[in-house]
Amino acid sequence: MRIVVLGVGNILLTDEGVGVRAIEELGRRYQLPPEVELIDGGTSAMELLDDLANCDLLIIADCVRAGKAPGDLLRLKDEEIPALFRTKLSPHQVGLPDVLATLVITHEAPTHTVLFGVEPESLATSMSLTPVVGATLPHLVDAIAQEIIAAGVPITPC
Amino acid sequence: MSKRITIDPITRIEGHLRIDCEIDGGKVKKAWASGQMWRGVEQILLGRDPRDAWAITQRICGVCTTVHAIASVRAVENALDMEIPVNAQYIRNLIILAHAVHDHIVHFYHLSALDWVDVVSALKADPAKTAQLAESLSTWKGNSRHEFAAVKDRLAGFVGGGQLGVFANGYWGHPAMKLTPEVNLLAVSHYLQALDIQRKANKVVAILGSKTPHIQNVAVGGVANSINPDGQSVLNVERLMAVKGWIDELADFVHNVYLVDVAAIGAFYADWTGYGAGIMDYLSVPDLPLDGKGTQFALPGGYVPGGDLTKFKPITRFGDPYFKDGVEESSKHAWYKGSGPLHPFKGETDPEYTDFQDNGKYSWVKSPTFLGKPAQVGPLARVLAMAAAKHAPTLKYLTQVLDTASTVAGTKIPLAAVHSTIGRHAARAVSCSVQVDELDNMWHRLVDNIGKGDVHTFNKPEFPKGEVEGVGFHEAPRGVLSHWVVIDNGKIKNYQAVVPTTWNAAPRNENDQPGPYEMSLLNNPVADPERPLEVLRTVHSFDPCLACAVHVLDVDGSQKSTVLAGCFSPSNQCEIGS
Repeated sequence: MRIVVLGVGNILLTDEGVGVRAIEELGRRYQLPPEVELIDGGTSAMELLDDLANCDLLIIADCVRAGKAPGDLLRLKDEEIPALFRTKLSPHQVGLPDVLATLVITHEAPTHTVLFGVEPESLATSMSLTPVVGATLPHLVDAIAQEIIAAGVPITPC
Repeated sequence: MSKRITIDPITRIEGHLRIDCEIDGGKVKKAWASGQMWRGVEQILLGRDPRDAWAITQRICGVCTTVHAIASVRAVENALDMEIPVNAQYIRNLIILAHAVHDHIVHFYHLSALDWVDVVSALKADPAKTAQLAESLSTWKGNSRHEFAAVKDRLAGFVGGGQLGVFANGYWGHPAMKLTPEVNLLAVSHYLQALDIQRKANKVVAILGSKTPHIQNVAVGGVANSINPDGQSVLNVERLMAVKGWIDELADFVHNVYLVDVAAIGAFYADWTGYGAGIMDYLSVPDLPLDGKGTQFALPGGYVPGGDLTKFKPITRFGDPYFKDGVEESSKHAWYKGSGPLHPFKGETDPEYTDFQDNGKYSWVKSPTFLGKPAQVGPLARVLAMAAAKHAPTLKYLTQVLDTASTVAGTKIPLAAVHSTIGRHAARAVSCSVQVDELDNMWHRLVDNIGKGDVHTFNKPEFPKGEVEGVGFHEAPRGVLSHWVVIDNGKIKNYQAVVPTTWNAAPRNENDQPGPYEMSLLNNPVADPERPLEVLRTVHSFDPCLACAVHVLDVDGSQKSTVLAGCFSPSNQCEIGS
């Protein structure tokens, strides 16, 4: 079992960085076994190809515009994901869907993919989350931890 | 009747670049390049510790993280007038080179080749003839008939299953596509092989930079790698040998596949040597410092005005006043307050948004100038400066690419052909060939120096009382990158980043002169305004680190169609006819 938890987004654009903050927080709060890998993907694309290749479960944490209230948390699995990716609002959108599409042609796509998205309030230039998205962060981290446990890898808080 | 095409972002946040073209008689008559996203990142840095700036600035851009880290520490080191250990230079240089090789391979095969290569046409290719052609050009082990047949079968599987995935919605069958089915199959096969090979470059960055995509090992004063030939979990012999293995594989691919493909594909598109020159004042900076202070470099750089190699003026050291005093930025046509061009140390980033005004303000990108004029930056500028400086490896690969292209085209292609859309691709491949050799050289320099017992990687920076200022420049994959910092009592007082895409995507400047993208698009052919592939070819040849979409408008302003065109691949194209 190989699980990759990928946090994506730009930490310089307020709530855009919530996915990266989630990875940092997850690493702080939990002891993770070697089969769980945390990746701060930032806004990268092709650099991630090797890291995302051949995993059993890919968990993506990201800021997602889905027309919900700021701070709302969304979970999508497998085939539910691509449609949303095409319409969402984020500077790194050009990259990640292409990386995932590329893993399909190289026969290295993740067996399962889960996307956790948080609706942003602000994408202004700042390195801090807004209070409403900041309040969602612990729930996002819990949700990712539950997803890992549900996949059969027990993890414990530090 | 003239038509206006707008290459516009998908949304304000997502897209960064918009290109507007006025088209008349099947040619571009006027063009505007507009950055559609405000990058006020410099303001985050004010008041912070200069030692933290590199970690923050490498978040500016997702495509090129390491380059901002490098330029930032160099700026602070220049302000402090400090030397760093040569091991630190070598390790930084290895990261710089591995990143550049990665970036150039990915740009050609995965970001721009599909502007020239028709994937669907490859299904009609004869694998035996493809192998015959490939073997006549190169000794690459992946050029067998068996390999090409396997790729064709794989491709047929994707197409048959309706699963083109990353190849979906390209400009297949466009009248501007000129390659034979065999060359298309060759290119698609190498596209797939390049997916694998680019990972090796990324592994080099990961081992030396401790992590990717955001390297962790850089510090003001050197690098944080500890070197111990026999140690665990540090830079040891085992890791250095792994790095060497990847370097060798990269060199094989770049010399025997990438350089050859660019020459061969370029030969089929020899007419594109006549389009896309634009601004022919070229600026690059020297890079790969070999001493602690940055006075000797493995690769030269400087200014080539008017594309005339005899007028080359080199930039010779970090902080060279020729560069430092030569750069200004104008906001006349950009959405910022202020009047008159400003030197980056005095730069202001105070937004003033108006609508898109053809003759007024229309971009979030400022307009930088060197010696008062716009300048083209990037691999072509770099290669021309290195050729002017008589850098032997550059001359060797430049001759090789022109000779191969001439053989395939059956006609002599002169050096002057590089001032063009296709020439920028050729120059990038030449640059990559030089850089992959330097990767090997730099590895030997590092290993030899460690062998002498020098494991020193860091000098502690000391911040003086009062104000100091510094510039850090770096010849990044897309061209000249410079960070400019003013430090007051150990805190950042002003910070400006003048990035390569700012030079090339600049709007009109203080004297209303268009920037490099804008000039390069003039007289570009556009066969079908509904599918303006040719405009994308020229813009993509600069390797913009931007996403863009195409909106085609009738003259009355009504939107006819939208084609989203990510730079990464055509897979984001959709909504035709919406």
